[in-house]
Amino acid sequence: MSQTVTLRIYRRDPELDTAPRYQNYQIELTPGLTVLMALYHILENVDKTLAFRSSCRSAVCGSCGMHINGMNRLACETQLAPLGNEVVIEPLPHLPVLKDLVVDMTTFWEKYERVRPYLISLKAPPEKERLQSPEDRKKIDEFIDCILCACCHTSCSTAWWDKEYLGPAALAKMYRFVADSRDEGGIERLKIAAREDGVFRCHTIFNCTEECPKKIPITFGIQEIKKRVLWGKLTGKL
Amino acid sequence: MLKHQVLVVGGGLAGLRAAIECAGLGVDVAVLSLLYPVRSHSGAAQGGINAALANMPECKDDSPAKHAYDTVKGADFLADQDAAEILTTDAPARIYEMEHWGVPFSRTPEGKIAQRPFGGAGYPRTCYAADKTGLYILHTFNEQAVKHRVKVYNEWAALALASDGARNHGLVALNLQTGDIAAFAADAVIFATGGLGRVYKRTSNAMQSTGFGMAIAYRAGIPLKDMEFVQFHPTTIIGTNILMTEGARGEGGYLINKDGERFMQRYAPKAMELAPRDIVSRSIQTEINEGRGLPDGGGSVYLDLRHLGREKILERLPGIRDICISFLGIDPIEKPIPIQPGQHYAMGGIDTDKDGATILPGVFAAGECACVSVHGANRLGGNSLLECVVMGQRAGAAAARYVQSVTSAPSEAVVNDALKKTSAEVDALLKSEGKERLVTLRDAMAETMSDKVGIFREEKSLAEAVALLRELRARYRNVGVDAKHRKFNLDLLRTIELGGMLDIAEAIAVGALARKESRGAHSRLDFKTRDDANWLKHTLAYFTPDGARLDYKPVTITKWQPEERKY
Repeated sequence: MSQTVTLRIYRRDPELDTAPRYQNYQIELTPGLTVLMALYHILENVDKTLAFRSSCRSAVCGSCGMHINGMNRLACETQLAPLGNEVVIEPLPHLPVLKDLVVDMTTFWEKYERVRPYLISLKAPPEKERLQSPEDRKKIDEFIDCILCACCHTSCSTAWWDKEYLGPAALAKMYRFVADSRDEGGIERLKIAAREDGVFRCHTIFNCTEECPKKIPITFGIQEIKKRVLWGKLTGKL
Repeated sequence: MLKHQVLVVGGGLAGLRAAIECAGLGVDVAVLSLLYPVRSHSGAAQGGINAALANMPECKDDSPAKHAYDTVKGADFLADQDAAEILTTDAPARIYEMEHWGVPFSRTPEGKIAQRPFGGAGYPRTCYAADKTGLYILHTFNEQAVKHRVKVYNEWAALALASDGARNHGLVALNLQTGDIAAFAADAVIFATGGLGRVYKRTSNAMQSTGFGMAIAYRAGIPLKDMEFVQFHPTTIIGTNILMTEGARGEGGYLINKDGERFMQRYAPKAMELAPRDIVSRSIQTEINEGRGLPDGGGSVYLDLRHLGREKILERLPGIRDICISFLGIDPIEKPIPIQPGQHYAMGGIDTDKDGATILPGVFAAGECACVSVHGANRLGGNSLLECVVMGQRAGAAAARYVQSVTSAPSEAVVNDALKKTSAEVDALLKSEGKERLVTLRDAMAETMSDKVGIFREEKSLAEAVALLRELRARYRNVGVDAKHRKFNLDLLRTIELGGMLDIAEAIAVGALARKESRGAHSRLDFKTRDDANWLKHTLAYFTPDGARLDYKPVTITKWQPEERKY
């Protein structure tokens, strides 16, 4: 027996529309149907003006983060069936909308670039690989899984209102290097974290950790940086 | 007019590596990418990247020469042996460099880069980072591009080259975010646009893997090489065809038919599940065709990891476990995974030399969109990421040398002409009252390719495919788009891309019809053996409005005479 679901989709072309509107689409539920595949079905068969981002459709590229029934998720890995008879699909919150579900990511990438998101090494590297123990490698296990989908950043209520705050994604990237035994960015990185727009803007609300599709303990990482910044201040190194 | 000395088209592994090389050499370089670079499909590569580092106890006497031999044998002797040696000789330096840049490789107990066994390789040679190797390398390269302040044009679609026939002067591209079409003057353009999987119905590739970069070069008169060689990965999950890494078998996973038999013992008794991909895919398809597939009707067998145990799966294969849970509702710790072969990789591509240069001065290519050829008739797992970083570096360096050697600036007149012509074509498409539509034509193409130009091929169905694809190309001239808006017009973009996909699909089918032998991934039921006397040669497909015109060129044989492949 076929079951129909209503997708209630946020629509807006800022050039043409003065305000956003919601448009309803009926879609037949098939086994394994994801939100992303439902969007493609609409784009190809119902409404060719719909705009959304996607690429890998296997939860690794980070393109299709959107706000689905009140939560930021990757559309590609979100099964439609458990979401109920009416599913509300909106763009990631608190970023300017370019069109429909496509948001302007400019500030997101600017914050990523501000944390010096690359391994810093002061010594010349050895001829072969640097040695790193499996235990040290394990310390970055979760944080290297970040796909920069912005689900955390746009769920952070501090980042919503404080446009300068680096936010959880950039800080998770920073922690990925802070915790890497090979990185020598130490004090320079912590200086960035210690600024007014840095880690102390995090009020441990945990939205980022709860909404991360990769289950990265982002709040934990931010507190780890706070600890290091505090220690640096207390010991006069910062 | 926007100007750069080098414009790299594509922000995946090969493109970013080329751009980093150019930036390091002080060249003004920019990347133009359909996606934010970290979204590129390189990030979906799971299992690893090959290099004879000899880090594991079992591979103390591994060497680049042995890696080259395995690559050439895996290629069913269609690889150019000098190119394969460059690939494997450059490999260790590229891997160490990536480690120095921060790629979080998994480690041996003594802290070296860990290596795992992969198909068709004599030693555990595949350097890995859990089962997310491509993701981690892609992000690391993006980080290096940021560090080098490489300018990136995010979410731009390349549309056409600006060539005067003797030399290229730039590129025309569509800015998806604004809908504007703009021209770039560039001494050198490097294509690094990835694969063409979406030409097929069942593919592990991303939605954006349309092969459109290949089509742009092809239409500009650059030949496509060995397009009939299409890799079908043995293990993609049933339905969505998302990849299950070869690393799953490298770590000891079994392939099981409906009778519970490890059937690879009948096809490759020594290598078993770790035979090269062409052989394993044919074996699985044979099991399915002969009624030993799973009774789910979708055509599948099991990939069974249960005996590896929870700890090993969580440590080495966490990514594919998550995929199975999200997309199949199956935890591979507890249940076997239903899999089927799916299109995965194009061995063929834009014909280049060993430095990524094409026959058109000022145009280079690297990575999956290119064909050097290092993969010949069948690519070994772990060699594609390697090709991206080795050839990305080489193409970047070659383009930098080229721009320093050119004596005149790109002609703005030529670039403006290309802009006018392309803009007119896009306008015509937007205004077209043609009745044909994207979805109908694309589905017909993808089904034709999967049904008639798939794992097993024969004269009759290939001829039908060529005829059907030519008919679709004719119908495409009458295509229209329904969406007329400017920003993020997916209907327009995908319809433009379909034109290129049809050109490429036809080139694949024409090449496959002509090649009357079985070699590597090209398996003809009517010509079951390899025919070195007549077919030890590369196919070159040249674009004509009526379809591909074929030519051939010799394979470079240096050290290893062709022999029968046994595993």
